[in-house]
Amino acid sequence: MAENRLMQSTANTPYKAVVIGGSTGSLDVLLPVLSVLKPPLTFSLVVVVHRKNTPNSPLATLLSVKTTLPVREVDDKDVMKPGCVYLAPADYHLLVEHDGTFSLDDSEKINFSRPAIDVTFESAADVYGAGVVGILLSGANADGTRGLKAIKQAGGITVAQQPATAQVAYMPQQAIDNAAVDRVLDVPELIQFINQLNEANQAL
Amino acid sequence: MIEEEQVTLLLNDILELYGYDFTHYSRASLKRRINRLWAADRFPSFAELRYRVRSDAGYLKRFVEELTVNVTEMFRDPSFYKCLRTEVLPTLAAKPFIRIWHAGCSTGEEVFSMAILLQEAGLLHKSLLYATDLNPDVLESARKGIFALAPMPQYSENYQLSGGNRDFSLYYTANYGYVKFNDELAAKMVFSTHNLVSDHSFNEFDLILCRNVLIYFDKELQERVLRLFDESLGPLSYLALGSRETLKLSAIRLNYRQITPEKIWRKIG
Repeated sequence: MAENRLMQSTANTPYKAVVIGGSTGSLDVLLPVLSVLKPPLTFSLVVVVHRKNTPNSPLATLLSVKTTLPVREVDDKDVMKPGCVYLAPADYHLLVEHDGTFSLDDSEKINFSRPAIDVTFESAADVYGAGVVGILLSGANADGTRGLKAIKQAGGITVAQQPATAQVAYMPQQAIDNAAVDRVLDVPELIQFINQLNEANQAL
Repeated sequence: MIEEEQVTLLLNDILELYGYDFTHYSRASLKRRINRLWAADRFPSFAELRYRVRSDAGYLKRFVEELTVNVTEMFRDPSFYKCLRTEVLPTLAAKPFIRIWHAGCSTGEEVFSMAILLQEAGLLHKSLLYATDLNPDVLESARKGIFALAPMPQYSENYQLSGGNRDFSLYYTANYGYVKFNDELAAKMVFSTHNLVSDHSFNEFDLILCRNVLIYFDKELQERVLRLFDESLGPLSYLALGSRETLKLSAIRLNYRQITPEKIWRKIG
């Protein structure tokens, strides 16, 4: 059924944004995934990972050495372009505007987190509707479930990491239990899935 | 969930009835905060939320407070404060008088951080710190110099990382979960309401700090505010922004040179 959904959606709307959220243990997934995705990507890849607030984030550097895709830690009002990987900066919530720019917000932490995955997922769902794919990875926090619900409601595709393969199963399991997740994937399947989305977009 | 058109209606109401202009605030963030408020105050429909905002000035006050973000801390981004200590304040030291503007100061944590830097540099006696915000309640709180005790260990750590080498607790007196900062720090502060959206320049400054305020504005309003700052900055003065904010999209960037990697620019043109 999920397979059909993918085909149906792409018949009308291209995927504009693939939004990936994760916490503890998510780098074990992100690094191998980003290292094998080959440019050009037809959508923007937005990454929200819980982390400590350190200046000149080593995370952006770490991600960029693993991939040939351009990686950018988002500055306020950056334009969201296809083909790029955007990383939510430490200590800010990351939101998407209708004009295709990012905006940042340093309001209260959500689920003890800033950036919060829910904030970015909900905002992307609001702007891109069925054109957004939300992927929730390993973590010890309930963040992301609300956001996946919003993506699902807006007609987008929701994915959770197979909890058995996650370093910390709690976060994807929460989503599976509460958010009607379309697909539950391990790392090789996730790579295949993202490449598939890219091909579906290219075929349009 | 509030619709885009409903946000517009509400913002127009607030502007028309109360004179607060949020129409050029970043939409995504504003929408999220309105949704939060809608849920928290349990309005059964948008019509009822709108009616309350339109008819109840007391509620409007709550609404405006909830729309504007008042999250702030002392010595946030220690490397930024270190740069103020080592690069900025020494160049201001020769001046007979130092004027500093904290635009959008919220509850005042940054203003007190700055006063501590100035005192340690021996410059506080000849400085004046103007601290403004559109919200009179946060200013009232800032003026008292009273803050919660709980985050003090974090602030103390930030302070040390910024190059401070005194015992941070010497700057305040703790009592019942709160701390009060020493009166000598507040003696050089002037608190006043100022709305960056609608009010004009009111002085010339050697340093303007406006950190994590512009992120809540759209590009057009950001540009207007940056021009206001440009008009309010004297030659060789400084402008400090938040760690993910930039001058790179603004026409005023040509008159400024950044002190990299910090988000501090010096006026050169």
